[in-house]
Amino acid sequence: MTTDTATTPPGAEAPLPPLGTVGFLRWLWRQLTSMRTALILLFLLALASIPGSVLPQRGTNPIKVDDWIDQNPTIAPVLDALGFFDVYAAPWFAAVYLLLFISLIGCVLPRVGVHARALRTPPPPAPRRLDRLPAHASFTTDRAAATVCEQAADVLRSERWRVRESPNPSDPWISAEKGYARETGNLIFHLALIAILVGVAVGGLLGWKGNVIIREGSGFSNTLTQYDAWGAGRFVDPSGLAPFSFTLEDFRVDYERGVAQRGAPRLFEADLTVRSQPEEPPVLTTVEVNQPLVLDGAKVFLVGHGYAPHLRIHDSTGTLVFDDTVVFLPQDGNFSSTGVVKVPDADPSLGMNGLFLPTAGFSPERGGFSTFPAPDDPELLLSAFRGDLGMDTGVPQSVYTLDTDSMVKVGLESMQPGDTWNLPNDSGSVEFVGLEQWASFQIAHDPGKELALGASVIAMIGLTMSLFVRRRRIWVRAVPDASGGTLVQVAALAKSESADVDADVTELVTRLETVQVPQRRTPK
Amino acid sequence: MTSVELAQASNAAVYASMITLTLAMVAFAVSFAAGRRRPAEANASQAAGVSSAVEGGGVSTALLTRDEPSVPLEPGRRSSNIAMSLTWLAFGLLLVGVVLRGVWAGRVPWGNMYEFSITGALGILAVYLGMSVRRDLRWLGLFVVIPTLLWLGLAVTVLYTEAAQLVPALKSYWLVIHVSAAIICFGAFTFSAATAGLSLARGRVERRQGTTDVTGWTSRMPTSERLQGLTNKVVAFSFPLWTFAVVAGAIWAENAWGRYWGWDPKETWAFITWVIFAAYLHARSTAGWRGSRASWIAVAGWVAFLINYFGVNIFVNSLHSYAGM
Repeated sequence: MTTDTATTPPGAEAPLPPLGTVGFLRWLWRQLTSMRTALILLFLLALASIPGSVLPQRGTNPIKVDDWIDQNPTIAPVLDALGFFDVYAAPWFAAVYLLLFISLIGCVLPRVGVHARALRTPPPPAPRRLDRLPAHASFTTDRAAATVCEQAADVLRSERWRVRESPNPSDPWISAEKGYARETGNLIFHLALIAILVGVAVGGLLGWKGNVIIREGSGFSNTLTQYDAWGAGRFVDPSGLAPFSFTLEDFRVDYERGVAQRGAPRLFEADLTVRSQPEEPPVLTTVEVNQPLVLDGAKVFLVGHGYAPHLRIHDSTGTLVFDDTVVFLPQDGNFSSTGVVKVPDADPSLGMNGLFLPTAGFSPERGGFSTFPAPDDPELLLSAFRGDLGMDTGVPQSVYTLDTDSMVKVGLESMQPGDTWNLPNDSGSVEFVGLEQWASFQIAHDPGKELALGASVIAMIGLTMSLFVRRRRIWVRAVPDASGGTLVQVAALAKSESADVDADVTELVTRLETVQVPQRRTPK
Repeated sequence: MTSVELAQASNAAVYASMITLTLAMVAFAVSFAAGRRRPAEANASQAAGVSSAVEGGGVSTALLTRDEPSVPLEPGRRSSNIAMSLTWLAFGLLLVGVVLRGVWAGRVPWGNMYEFSITGALGILAVYLGMSVRRDLRWLGLFVVIPTLLWLGLAVTVLYTEAAQLVPALKSYWLVIHVSAAIICFGAFTFSAATAGLSLARGRVERRQGTTDVTGWTSRMPTSERLQGLTNKVVAFSFPLWTFAVVAGAIWAENAWGRYWGWDPKETWAFITWVIFAAYLHARSTAGWRGSRASWIAVAGWVAFLINYFGVNIFVNSLHSYAGM
C-alpha cells in the first residue's frame, strides 16, 4: 500500500513445489498484503457501496424500505436476505473493508520497520559512471577534487540532504538523499486510516442516537422511554443516560413566498428551556439547523417539524373524552399531513383518520392537497369511525395507524379552526380548537468522533506529505582531468514519481561552480 | 444597481463568457486541424514544451545545454494563441457572472444547481489556465473548452433558477469551505479525465505507429506516457483536496444532522469517488497497472463525481437534494 514507485509485489511468482500448511499460509498472507490485492479490494469497496445509494436503507429510511419491499414482492425477499437494505452493516460489506484493512496493516507495518532502518542508514555509495544516469551535468574547475566534494557536502547538508562522503580520499564522491518525509507521510496516512476506523468503531459500540417528536409546550426528559426511535451501540447502558430535560416553548418556521423556490424553508428554529440536571434552574436557548445544543456530551439537533391540530371530542353521552393536540406527520413538501385520533374511553370507542392541509387546495384528479407549507388556509378532513379499536388484543399498535376492520364508518367532514362537527346518529362531537406545531429532535452521543476527526486531520497531513514531498538521490564525483584541473560530475535520480531532479542537478552545479558554499564550521 | 439589473448583468456575463468560449473552441479547432498536416515536427516541439511538466525519469540530459528552438511558427500556432487569450477572457467574464450572481443573491453563489454549475465551469477553466501558466497546454485547450461549454449550456438551459435565499441547512460557513473545495476538485478531476482520456487515445495510436512519429489527430499532443504523468500530477493535487472536501462535509454534517457519516447517497458517492482515486494512486504504483489501466481509473473517478452531482441531486432522495432546480 503505497503511492511510491514500487517493484512487482512479492508473491506474484510464488514457488511451485509443494508448500505445506505454513508455506501456504505465508503465500496467502503475501497475496493479501500485495498491492494488487489492495487495488482489487478498493474496487470491490467502491462497487459494494453502490447498492446502498440506489436501494432504500433501513438505517436512514425504514419506511421507504417497507414500501419498496411491498412493491417488489419477488426480488425483495432475496435482496433482504442478502442484506441489500442495510448494505453498510452487511457481512459482505464488512468483509471487504476488513480485508482491506488487514491488507493495509500487513503492508504498512513491515514498511514502518523498513523505513525506520532507512532513516538510520546512510545512502548507498555513488555509482561509478554518473554520466549514465538520465539527469546529469558536469563542469571543470581548478579546485582540488577533495575540496569540491567537501563543498558539495556542505551545500547539500545546508539544504537538509542526508549526506554520505567517500571513505577513500583518493576517490572522492558524495552521495545524498532527500525526501524521506514522503514515506513517513505515506505511513502516517495509512496508520491514521486505521485510527479513523477505530473511531468509527468506538462510536458504533459506545454511541447512541434517539429521535423524539415534541409538541409546543410539551417537555422531554432524557430517558429511554421518552424516545420515539432509539438506536445504541452494544456497550451502551440505557439506564445511565445524562439526566437532562427540556421543554419546547416555541417553534418558528418561515417559507419562501417569492416565485423562485416557493415553499422552501427560510427560517427554522426552536426555543427550548433546558435543565442539564433535574434540580437546576431552566435556561432558555434557541436551537437551529447547524446550531445544535450541546448537553452533557450529547448533541440535540432540530431535524424536522409539522402540525398538531388541537381537538376536543365529546362522546354520545356528552362527556369530554379528548382534549389534546394530535401529531400529524407531513407527507409532502407542502406539509399535507396525516394523523390518527383514538379515543378508546369514549362511549362508543371512537377513531378518526385525518388529513390536514395547511393551505388547502383541491383538484378533481388529486382530491384535497396542500399548496403551501404555511397555515394560510388550514383545513382538516376527518373521517370518523366507531366500534372496537382493537387496542385490547395486546398486539402493539402504532399511534399513526387506525385499524378499522371492526369499526363502522360514522362520516366524513371538512373543518376549519373553530368549527365543530356534530357526529351523525348522536355519536358525539368533534371541535377543531386550533393549531399547534411540533418539532422533532435527534439527540446523539458519539464518543468516537473526536478520534475520527483527529485521525482525519493527521491522515490529510500525511497524505499531503506523501504526495508532495519528492524523494530523490544526488551524487557528486570529482576526478582530475587531462588539463590539470578537476572534472566534477553531478547526477541525480528520482526515487518517486513527479520528482523533477533536473532542477536539483542544475542548482547544485550552479552553486558549486560559483562557490556559493556555506561556511564550514571548524571542527573542535 | 438594482436587483433586476444585477441579475441581468450576471446572466449577460455568463452568456458573453459562453460566446467567447465558443470562439475559443473554434480557434483551438482551427489550430488542431492545421497541426494535423505536419505531424512529426509539431510533435517533437510539443514534447519538448511539456518536458518540465512530467516526472524526471524520461527527461533528457540536454536540459542544461539545450538551445532555445528557433523554428518558424508552426502551423496553427497563431490560432491556438488567440484561443488561449479568448479562454482567459471567458474565464474573466464567467468570474464576473459568478460574483454578480452572489451580489444579487446577497450570499455566496452556491445555493442551487445552476450556481454550482457555473462555478464548476469556472473551476474547470481555473485549473486549466492555472496549469497552463507554467507549461504549454494549448494542445489540451479543445478538450477542456468543449466540456466546459457543454456544462455551461446545461446550466443556463436546464438548471437555471432565479436567485433565492438559502435554505436553513445551507446557512453555515462550512458551505464556503466544503463547496469551494469540491468545486476546485471538480475542475481538477475534469482536467485529469481529459488528459487520461487523451493518453488512452494517444496510446492506441502509439501501439500502431510507435511513440514518436505519430500522425493523425493525436499528433499534436505529448506522448501517452507524458499525458499519464500529467494526469498523475493533477490527481496528486486533487486527491488530498477531495479528502479535505469530504472531511469538511463530515464536520458540517455532524453539526447539522447529528452524525458525521450516515451513508446518505451523496456521501456514499463522494466515498466511491474517493476510493476510485485512491485506487488510481495505487494503480500508478502497481506493475501492469501504471499505464492505460490507471488512465481508465482516472476517467472512472470523474464519472463517479458526475453521478454524484447529477444522479444524486436529481434522481435520488438525498439529504443533499435541497439544491433547488
